[in-house]
Amino acid sequence: MTDIASSPLEPSGTALGPTSVAAIAATARGTPAPWRLLARRPTFIVGTVILLFWIVCAIFGHAIAPYNPLAQQLLATNAAPSGAHWFGTDPLGRDVLSRVITGAGDILIISLLAVILATILGTALGLAMGYLGGAFDLISGRLVEAVLALPSIVIALLFVAAVGPSTTTLTILVGLVFTPLISRTVRAAVLAERQLDYLSAARLLGENRARIMFGEVLPNVVPAILVEFTVRLGYAVFTVATLSFLGLGIQPPTPDWGADIAANYVGLTAGYWWQVLFPALAIASLVIAVILIADSIEQVLAS
Amino acid sequence: MNSDLPAAASSPTAPSSADAPLALSVQHMDVTYRVRGQDRLALRDVSFSIERGESYGLVGESGSGKSTAALALVRYLPGNGRVSNGMISINGLDPLSMDKAALRDLRARTVSMVYQEPGRALNPSLRVGRQIAEVFGIAGQSSGDATASAEDMLRKVQISDPGRVMQRYPHELSGGMAQRAVIAMALAVSPSLLILDEPTTALDATVEAEVLDLVAALRSEFQTSVLFISHNLAVIAKMCDRVGVLYAGELLEQGPAREVFNNPRHPYTVGLLRCIPRRGQRKDTDRLDTIPGFLPTPGQSLTGCIFAPRCALVQDKCRTAEPPFFAVSDVRTSRCYFHEQAPDLPRATPASIPASGADRAGSADGAGEPLVVIEGLSKTFGGNVRALAGVDLSIQRGETLGLVGESGSGKTTLARVLLGLTGPDQGSVVTLNGTPLNPDAQRRPRAVLRALQIVFQNPDSALNRRHTVRALISRPLSRLAGLSGARLRARLEELITSVRLEDRHLPLRPSQLSGGLKQRVAIARAFAGGPEAVVCDEPTSALDVSVQAAILNLLADLQTTERVTYLFISHDLGLVRYLSDRIVVLYLGRVMEVGPSETVFAGPHHPYTEALFSAVPSLDGERPSRIRLTGEIPSAADPPSGCVFHTRCPRRLSTGICESTEPPLHEDEPGHLIRCHIPLSELRTLQRNDSVPSQGGSS
Repeated sequence: MTDIASSPLEPSGTALGPTSVAAIAATARGTPAPWRLLARRPTFIVGTVILLFWIVCAIFGHAIAPYNPLAQQLLATNAAPSGAHWFGTDPLGRDVLSRVITGAGDILIISLLAVILATILGTALGLAMGYLGGAFDLISGRLVEAVLALPSIVIALLFVAAVGPSTTTLTILVGLVFTPLISRTVRAAVLAERQLDYLSAARLLGENRARIMFGEVLPNVVPAILVEFTVRLGYAVFTVATLSFLGLGIQPPTPDWGADIAANYVGLTAGYWWQVLFPALAIASLVIAVILIADSIEQVLAS
Repeated sequence: MNSDLPAAASSPTAPSSADAPLALSVQHMDVTYRVRGQDRLALRDVSFSIERGESYGLVGESGSGKSTAALALVRYLPGNGRVSNGMISINGLDPLSMDKAALRDLRARTVSMVYQEPGRALNPSLRVGRQIAEVFGIAGQSSGDATASAEDMLRKVQISDPGRVMQRYPHELSGGMAQRAVIAMALAVSPSLLILDEPTTALDATVEAEVLDLVAALRSEFQTSVLFISHNLAVIAKMCDRVGVLYAGELLEQGPAREVFNNPRHPYTVGLLRCIPRRGQRKDTDRLDTIPGFLPTPGQSLTGCIFAPRCALVQDKCRTAEPPFFAVSDVRTSRCYFHEQAPDLPRATPASIPASGADRAGSADGAGEPLVVIEGLSKTFGGNVRALAGVDLSIQRGETLGLVGESGSGKTTLARVLLGLTGPDQGSVVTLNGTPLNPDAQRRPRAVLRALQIVFQNPDSALNRRHTVRALISRPLSRLAGLSGARLRARLEELITSVRLEDRHLPLRPSQLSGGLKQRVAIARAFAGGPEAVVCDEPTSALDVSVQAAILNLLADLQTTERVTYLFISHDLGLVRYLSDRIVVLYLGRVMEVGPSETVFAGPHHPYTEALFSAVPSLDGERPSRIRLTGEIPSAADPPSGCVFHTRCPRRLSTGICESTEPPLHEDEPGHLIRCHIPLSELRTLQRNDSVPSQGGSS
């Protein structure tokens, strides 16, 4: 991921003392640093601003929130949005705004850890499938497809029923569900690299397979992994929220967007729309922000 | 500079120019691309014209703007490009002032284009016949007529079974067939101007020869004017009446093709021609000349002559004022103040060979144990594709063995088996210094790995783009030479100096280097371990001519200093002749001919070798086109019976023996083996009789 920040041009920019025609020709041929191109994209800026907002909420939520998200005010239940409670209150009189702000914490941490786990496992698996090929690729490829064929919610239901819901369970679960997806993307990227002669050159230096996979191929598929990571982060946020909504994730009374929607959607018929709308908007904005960032990265890397 | 141009246009070769408009006239055309908010000039003040029925060649290296010129003519430039100045007139029409409908009409009826990749010019999901008929349909024919016309047109481009070809999809056609179909489409509307942009660059030599013959024949039949764009000077020399030499977006020299190539009058043209190995030049006796420096960066603002930074004749005035076009003769112009002195341009690279060259030549005599022996080498892919079939070969220590053949002949497979990148079939024997080699490179001991290395064709693919030059060269030094620390750094310095790289290149990544520099890094990697033999797999085919010469010189120098053996694979016979001591000709995975370079080139040769030689256009005057191959290269999955070449052989015997029995590789002269039923003496008579002036280059 640091790759996007470190421009391939930086070393030359400083190292070139006497500028010869060659040096100018060489540097001019390169493009500006990827992160500069990223920073010029409005979609990236919008996505980053929203994501940063939620990260700040996740870290400093309890300090920012106007009320204690767990504090019940039994005299102000189901209060509509007002000056005192901007987002209204829920059936137990808890401040919805405070719950939305503090609810960012768990979902972000779980999604992030889960996707990191999935990326590590998926990259290793994808590299091995793509580079080793043959029987290994065939067998693990079929296994991956088998896992992908099962609806992830069903797997999650079984898993949580067996182990019991907890933050750790949820992280591992989402991580494992996303691993095959990432491994397929990495495998495809590795297959494209396999056609290239630098791998033959490495074999002629007597390099072993692990070194070729991780030292030669991996750096070249990092861009693909980076895009996949961000895309999956968006999906992970959505998956975690869904599982919480189903009661398989974060448990009440901990503030959580998915769980809060599940707890309050019956109130919609009574007109208490604010109890559902604001957590739902929070999920949507976070997912969209991550997808916007992923899109921008993909387009910059493709250009 | 304006005054000289009309002179060229109203040259004596164009008596009819008064009554009919020129097929193409370009006056002072500038093309700019807008890149990141800045305008970059890609073409500057380009002017040329094409008479009716004339063939005009634009020749230039990559980055010269020749394709941009072609695109600009019919306003096909990408969105950020535009013709920012000048005038274009095609058959009297001005495409620059046309609205969309008129432009479409122009592209449909007046101008046709043929591109480098025929596979990409055809719609992969439509049958060939329908695509060609569509062109006639647009011209107003009914669908039945259009189909008939399409079939007729395919017959005109010498497709023998047009009915069947029309039913095929583009991917079912070979490259040569597909390009014929594209040419058929281009000529369908009888355009007044046909633009051919590198039409044969993606094709094999024998197929290229056929397509070029076809274009020449059709041009006389259809009276079409042709704009022929190529980087290949020999192809332009063969195909064009007049030529323009393009460099960094400027036309530097213009005139009749023969005159320009035989007596160039611009220092760039002179330098470019000296980069190409000519008949009679050999690595032992002549160094190729090079053009120092690099192409200017697009958009760089230059005062004076654009070639001045690389020119050996440069004077102060060249740097301050751009030279106008000087009329060298009635029909020739050169954009150089010193066009009179241009033919005497001082060499950038000394012609003489370093002193040790002489004794190196002696060392490759073939005496003593061969370095590599290959016996009964076969390689079958996927159960039935026989890429190599029983190849016997030996490589002598210190020699350069040239490997020639068309694509699919097994050249690269042979190299990969030798290196251990592809495992051969059971029973094949490959030995190095008498020791059998493990078929898998990763199981070979370090001593073997360092002994056999390769320079790949495409440095972009061969160098890991995420590594720096330092890492790319240091790794083999530590892996193969076992060096580390200060000794590694010292050897690294030595190595990069010997391949003419500089310290400032070390922290760069491949994407920041030019093609020639990248190939030097690849060469440094191959030489890091002190190899005994290096496979050079088309090492210069991705490079420009001026860069190629420097790389060839480097390879020759390294052979002298490192006493290394080369297996040199190339489709360019001129290069093979320049570098090789012995030559192997492969066809469908079989050795057709082996022998000392000059013997093989002088002949008598195998009919296939003969065909290869007569297929390649040359700058050394028109070679007698003695024989032409017809038909396609058979599939290696289903090789013909008997002699595998009999399906295309122009000298096939009427006795039927060629169809039934595979001839042995027999040695008629010492060291010269030919796989043919026709005895050498008879081949000699046959080839003498056909070729009017005998091959002059050999001693």
